[in-house]
Amino acid sequence: MSLQNATSSTNEPVIRCESVYKIFGDNAESLLKKSNGAVDAAKFKEAGCIVGVNNASFDIHAGELLIIMGLSGSGKSTLLRCISRLTDATAGKIIIEGEDILQMDNKQLIELRRNKMGMVFQNFALLPHKTVLENIAFPLQVKGMSTSDSIERAVEMVNLVDLTGREDYYPRQLSGGQQQRVGIARSLAIEPDIWFLDEPFSALDPLIRKEMQDEFLRLQSTLHKTILFVTHDFDEALRLADRIAIMKDGIIEQLDTPANIVLNPATEYVRKFTEEVPREKVLKIGSVMDAACSENLMSELSVNTNAIIETEAEAILNSSAPVRVVDDEGQTVGSITAAKIVHVLFGDHAASHSETTS
Amino acid sequence: MIDTFMQKKYLQFIALLVVFILLAQTIGPADNNLLWRLPPLISAFPLWINDSIGYLMFEWWPIDVYDPDIEEFEEKPLVSQVTRMMSGFILFMIEFIREIMLGGAKTIVAFSGWDWATANPWAKLPGLPWTVVAGGATILGYSLGGRGLALLVGLSTTYIAVFGQWEPAMQTLSFVLVAAPVSVFIGLMFGIWAFRSKTVENILNPLLNMAQIIPHFSYLIPVMVFFGIGDHAGAIATVIFATPPMVRLTLLGLKKLGPEVAESGMMSGCNNWQLLTKVLVPTARRDILIGVNQVIMQCLAMVVLASLIGAKGLGIDLLIALNGLKIGVATEIGICIVLIAIVLDRMSLAWANQQTDYFSNLSFVEKHKYSLLFAALFVVALILAYVGQFIFPEGFNYLYIVPHNKGISIAPLLQFGVDWIWDTFFFTLKGFNEWLILSVLMPVKSAYLGTPVVAVFTLVMGVGLIVGGIRVALTVGSFLLFIALTEWWDRAMITAYLMSVSVIVSGLIGIVAGTLCAQNAKSTRFILTYCDTFQTFPSFIYLIPVMMLFGITDTAVIIAIIVYASIPALRYTVEGLLSVPETLQDAGTMAGVSRVQRWLSIELPMSFPHIALGLNQTVVFALSMVIIGAMIGTDDLGQLILGSLSDRNGVGNGLILGVCVACIGLAIDQILRTWANQRKQALGLN
Repeated sequence: MSLQNATSSTNEPVIRCESVYKIFGDNAESLLKKSNGAVDAAKFKEAGCIVGVNNASFDIHAGELLIIMGLSGSGKSTLLRCISRLTDATAGKIIIEGEDILQMDNKQLIELRRNKMGMVFQNFALLPHKTVLENIAFPLQVKGMSTSDSIERAVEMVNLVDLTGREDYYPRQLSGGQQQRVGIARSLAIEPDIWFLDEPFSALDPLIRKEMQDEFLRLQSTLHKTILFVTHDFDEALRLADRIAIMKDGIIEQLDTPANIVLNPATEYVRKFTEEVPREKVLKIGSVMDAACSENLMSELSVNTNAIIETEAEAILNSSAPVRVVDDEGQTVGSITAAKIVHVLFGDHAASHSETTS
Repeated sequence: MIDTFMQKKYLQFIALLVVFILLAQTIGPADNNLLWRLPPLISAFPLWINDSIGYLMFEWWPIDVYDPDIEEFEEKPLVSQVTRMMSGFILFMIEFIREIMLGGAKTIVAFSGWDWATANPWAKLPGLPWTVVAGGATILGYSLGGRGLALLVGLSTTYIAVFGQWEPAMQTLSFVLVAAPVSVFIGLMFGIWAFRSKTVENILNPLLNMAQIIPHFSYLIPVMVFFGIGDHAGAIATVIFATPPMVRLTLLGLKKLGPEVAESGMMSGCNNWQLLTKVLVPTARRDILIGVNQVIMQCLAMVVLASLIGAKGLGIDLLIALNGLKIGVATEIGICIVLIAIVLDRMSLAWANQQTDYFSNLSFVEKHKYSLLFAALFVVALILAYVGQFIFPEGFNYLYIVPHNKGISIAPLLQFGVDWIWDTFFFTLKGFNEWLILSVLMPVKSAYLGTPVVAVFTLVMGVGLIVGGIRVALTVGSFLLFIALTEWWDRAMITAYLMSVSVIVSGLIGIVAGTLCAQNAKSTRFILTYCDTFQTFPSFIYLIPVMMLFGITDTAVIIAIIVYASIPALRYTVEGLLSVPETLQDAGTMAGVSRVQRWLSIELPMSFPHIALGLNQTVVFALSMVIIGAMIGTDDLGQLILGSLSDRNGVGNGLILGVCVACIGLAIDQILRTWANQRKQALGLN
């Protein structure tokens, strides 16, 4: 029974967007109706409207980490705000656990946010007049939980994000990284199923940012939330995401796994991002391996399918025979050759170079 | 040729000036010449206002009211009943606070009736010993701002008590303590409403502009008609005057927050009420508390004027002293008002800037030390007051209450000083006075009065056109047109003359002195402290010394205006110069500029928009002082407003006169603000 539930919930997405549009401007709706779904940003601009999100459709499944990546003005934050309904989408359907949130009234929306959603903000958005503990307990108290219960829960959260000992500090007494830890703890206090993060690490120094990304991965490995994460940092997206949606001018250019985006960029715009990416650091063995060849051809060596190329490259390149690729349980799932590694790391560049010269 | 003319603004200004002079010279006074004066087409306006207010108050919507005296229902108009109820409530609050401070029976009477209270003479509030109030204020000062503030509060309250001004001071305070919270509450509500609705903001904005520039006097008259005379009327007039800055600062504070704070609240699951009370308002705390500070300052500025419609306290005493030319007594009272103003200003600012810091678990005593301290003080003061009975067996118990005018007084000494100055410098002062009036003020005044209306329109609208284009020109033109169509054009020209002479002098003083003072950190700090201190003085206070020196003349008014109005010019100049970015200064240094070059080509252009806004404030300050100058004796719009205060049908006149003053201010505001904004945009300072 429980197994059945689990499978059905994995089949049904937690969040489903169907043709979501967000257009800013006074006569946005009538213009949208006239255009019949085919929105041309330039034409809308002439009419005094700005297209924020243009026909976005995708699903996010339980426990999945989807990153929306785009440069400033690409509409990524707008899309996130549509899904959390901080702004109202102009058209389309946003279905969260089977219900269209665009049809919800204010009361239902508050209920949804109190029980299912948490959000982390770029500039932390902590309440300056409340201590760390009070900030974290705030969503619980707003819900109506008693002070003592909410503070007890907040103490747990403080420990979770490694801020023990600073419970009674005020936000301005904390560093940026510490403030964002409070922001994370606050967003997780109600144990949400859905976790929104809006450029959570963009306001931090590079070193702190790396540390916070690690922290984030550690949290996610134990919590398994359904996550919608917005960033303008492609490397961050590659490092964290299960899938990445790359946006430009309100349109989702490509939505795929990091490896597929790097290996098969769908558009010229996406390809530009992938050009400078150090592939050995991003791609996992599993994403480039071939099918398993016959048992006697493979070398004694085996590598994990989830390892990134960088860590295994030396061993594979030094092996004359194909190397066995195994999953976490030790089952053989494929094989990989030195030639394949060389091709993946250097081949494409040679290919694109010859294309441009010919 | 035409292209150069269109591009060079100074050429346009020169052309405008030539046209203006030609018009002024060619058109002479003539009663039926429309170019000379417009006919008073809207002179019936005030009468309509009087009629409609009369109808509203005494006829509109009669309701049945039970009259306990004749034990019957009587028909009475609704509005007057409503205003009577409001008056009663506010008066009760004032009396209640007053009796906590000073003792009295009216609070108990309000619940029990006169008969019972007379039969039971024990039944009255005892009043706190002055030591409790003074000590409590000192402890509050310490908790808010540390030792320095505590010392200021302690010395000020002691001064007030020792000099026998305790009673009127508490009367004044009691009415401020009612008016200020009401203003804060109303201001907060409107500020929030405007924040939530763009329409409300758009409606409120011009009203707020108007409300801040209409002279105080004009508010007094309608308040008098609706609410009668007394402490409550004073409090209501004060509320009307003190609320606009609160609305503005609330709105400003909320707008400054940025969307993320509100979003974080919404994502935490707040409903609208929680969002407002737990997220937005506390986060905007500082700006809102600065608003509270502004409200308190406006309340104190109204103390003297409110006494014109019956508010008790220091204000009325000061007014009486000044009317009798008792400068010594007036100075003493003036010092009390200033001390109260400074104390309340510093305390509320300290409150606004206060930040709670992290301290690990505190003991009970540590946590509640101020409350415990106050409790101890209370007990000690009560014992002292009790012991006082035996120390001063006859007469007054000075440890309990210092009666009015029974304290120390240095008034005779001050009076002696004033007389000495009069005797010693009589000829110098008189000479200066006569010179200023005869060779400067009179010619300027007659020049203003001798200018045909069409020339004034050409000049002002021309400046508007050159600075901001046709829209600005039409706006300022319509402000002028309103004044021109009333019957008070000449009076308005006198107001404009007083204002412009003093604005020019104040502006020069402000820019020159401000620039000099901004040269080093020490003098900068000094001048900013000077501005802070003098800005807290209620405007009326400035009249005391100038009356002392120059008597009842235009000179006295002009000098009071100049002193008062140079404060914003100074402050904005210093702040403008300080805001020039460091990198730009460094770039200048590396380019090898001299001190003068730096000032002329870097600092002045960069700070110009800020200085222009300062001049705008200077105009507002000057206008308000010109009108208050009516108390000394001027013959401009202010005098007419003051006159309509004692006129049974003065409401209409008072309001329209007030709007005339506002029109002068708004026209200048429009031009200066447009100019400043253009410069800001050109410099990329937005």
